[in-house]
Amino acid sequence: MIAPHLPILQVVIPLLAAPICVLLHSGRLAWLLTVAVSWVSFAVSVLLLGQVMDGGPLSYELGGWAPPWGIEYRIDALNALVLFIVSGISAIVLPFARASVEREIESERVYLFYTAYLLCLTGLLGITATGDAFNVFVFLEISSLSSYALISLGRDRRALMAAYQYLILGTIGATFILIGIGLAYMVTGTLNMADLAERLPAVSGNRTVQVSLAFLTVGICLKLALFPLHLWLPNAYAYAPSVVSAFLAATATKVSAYLLLRFLFTIFGVEFSFEAMQLGVILSTLAVLAMFVGSLVAIFQEDVKRMLAYSSIAQIGYIVLGISLVSVDGLTAGIVHLFNHAIIKGGMFLALGCIFFRIGSVQLHDMRGLGRRMPYTMAAFVVGGLGLIGVPLTAGFISKWYLVVAALEAGVWPLAVLVLASSLLAVIYVWRVVEVAYFQPVPDDKAAAKDKATLGEAPLSMLLPAWVLIGASIYFGLDTSFSVGVARAAASSLLGLDLAEIGS
Amino acid sequence: MRHHIVLRVVAKLLIPLILLFALYVQFHGDYGPGGGFQAGVIFAAAFILYAIIFGLESARLVVPPTIIRAGVALGVLLYAGVGVASLLLGGTFLDYSVLAHDPLHGQHYGILLVELGVGITVASVMIAIFFTFAGRSR
Repeated sequence: MIAPHLPILQVVIPLLAAPICVLLHSGRLAWLLTVAVSWVSFAVSVLLLGQVMDGGPLSYELGGWAPPWGIEYRIDALNALVLFIVSGISAIVLPFARASVEREIESERVYLFYTAYLLCLTGLLGITATGDAFNVFVFLEISSLSSYALISLGRDRRALMAAYQYLILGTIGATFILIGIGLAYMVTGTLNMADLAERLPAVSGNRTVQVSLAFLTVGICLKLALFPLHLWLPNAYAYAPSVVSAFLAATATKVSAYLLLRFLFTIFGVEFSFEAMQLGVILSTLAVLAMFVGSLVAIFQEDVKRMLAYSSIAQIGYIVLGISLVSVDGLTAGIVHLFNHAIIKGGMFLALGCIFFRIGSVQLHDMRGLGRRMPYTMAAFVVGGLGLIGVPLTAGFISKWYLVVAALEAGVWPLAVLVLASSLLAVIYVWRVVEVAYFQPVPDDKAAAKDKATLGEAPLSMLLPAWVLIGASIYFGLDTSFSVGVARAAASSLLGLDLAEIGS
Repeated sequence: MRHHIVLRVVAKLLIPLILLFALYVQFHGDYGPGGGFQAGVIFAAAFILYAIIFGLESARLVVPPTIIRAGVALGVLLYAGVGVASLLLGGTFLDYSVLAHDPLHGQHYGILLVELGVGITVASVMIAIFFTFAGRSR
């Protein structure tokens, strides 16, 4: 009886839990509820993914109003995978959250933290699940507003400034998206994605439609933090509480990447987006710039959280580069990297959260000799770093492999060279951390001597989630049948091909 | 505020009428112009007027922060709860038709409850925002 309602339950369960958190008015109970809800969401997303892979896209109409008039939730391979990523990361991050949040957030605000967290989760899941363009904007605002609040809860006072900066830029992005949706609605008179996709090709010569695509692309790229629209991201990730950095870094930009795919491929269509409007050239240029600028700036960061944030900008470059190739292999590479990067970056931010929990800092010079004091945490960080570089046997290798293959197949070998060259830059910034943590002596100043008691590993409730994600990044580097299989199915459905035709 | 006698008397006369008008806008919303959002704002305006005339402290005694916080949550819960109720009664999410013995009444109850939820949350949020900003100097 419950099975046909799964698409809506995915979104409504966290939405219902958010006000209950306010009513509970207790940090501990709110955490318990949030964990329970997250795991239920994860279970729902697993069931949805199973249904979609077996039986094709699902459609759910809200309020008994048939699409295209009513709001429709539509789940296909692509958004089932993104739902799986978002709810999965949330389910793993939350056990970590209890100790970390107690340390970093004032106790009377903890229940509000979890309320905002649940709303953010609702928003991200909603953007992904819905098949209605205006509904996308509504959920985008829910997730954005709550993430501004989450970021501003960081202990550093600069978190307020970072949240404000993100608020301004995020609002501009959301406004652009709304203008884009409005213009498309003006021409076609519909907001349903499938209906838009049917009507837009007939009016593709219309200037309004072209402007609509331009607004949407810029708006989504702002939320995606694609170079040069990335300015909000480093501060937001660096000053947010550890849990928030891990959750947002692993999910928020991934959902934006999903939106880019959905609007460019499903709604406007490949012909219009990439042939008439030549977006491929623009996107691949910006992606290559992001890969190099992000990695280069990351090398010079003293704050390791900021370093990972800049590395995220570079990794978004790889995702967009895969998308801009407009082939099954390119899209597969982009989607696989979306999945792998969520796992790797989530795991690394969690490891950093453990470090912050113990030494109260994530500055590079405070991490001297940490390899001996927190061996398991640092090992997790280093294995994650290997994934970012793309060393074989890690998930990062798989994405880069597919990306290089796709570039070669498209006949643009310079892109393949650039991907490899930029990976070398990742070696440098990961190595800087390794050098400081393993090859420099433990500082024996008074501060270190004073808190001798705190100089161990982080509690298991924090270390374990970090290792689950890092372990997953190795697992998906060895067994790619799940990640690449779903990504290939999603890629071929985006290009409108039958999976059987191209083989797998 | 002791000497602003005209303001105080007029406010005392107006506040009940504002509240009454808010309720009219709330419950007449499905026949005429109005609805939960507008009603919530009008309802909150009465409390904000009271706070401006009689001071923040006495306004906080009228609506304690606990009640406001509960209101913010309860409204959303009512809205989503109606959706879940219709889902449990065999319709899709927010399909009001299954809420009563026939679809016509179901639609009617559904929209009334949902708009009530909107009204409660909007009123509570408006009051909360006002209290937060007005209380900043302390």
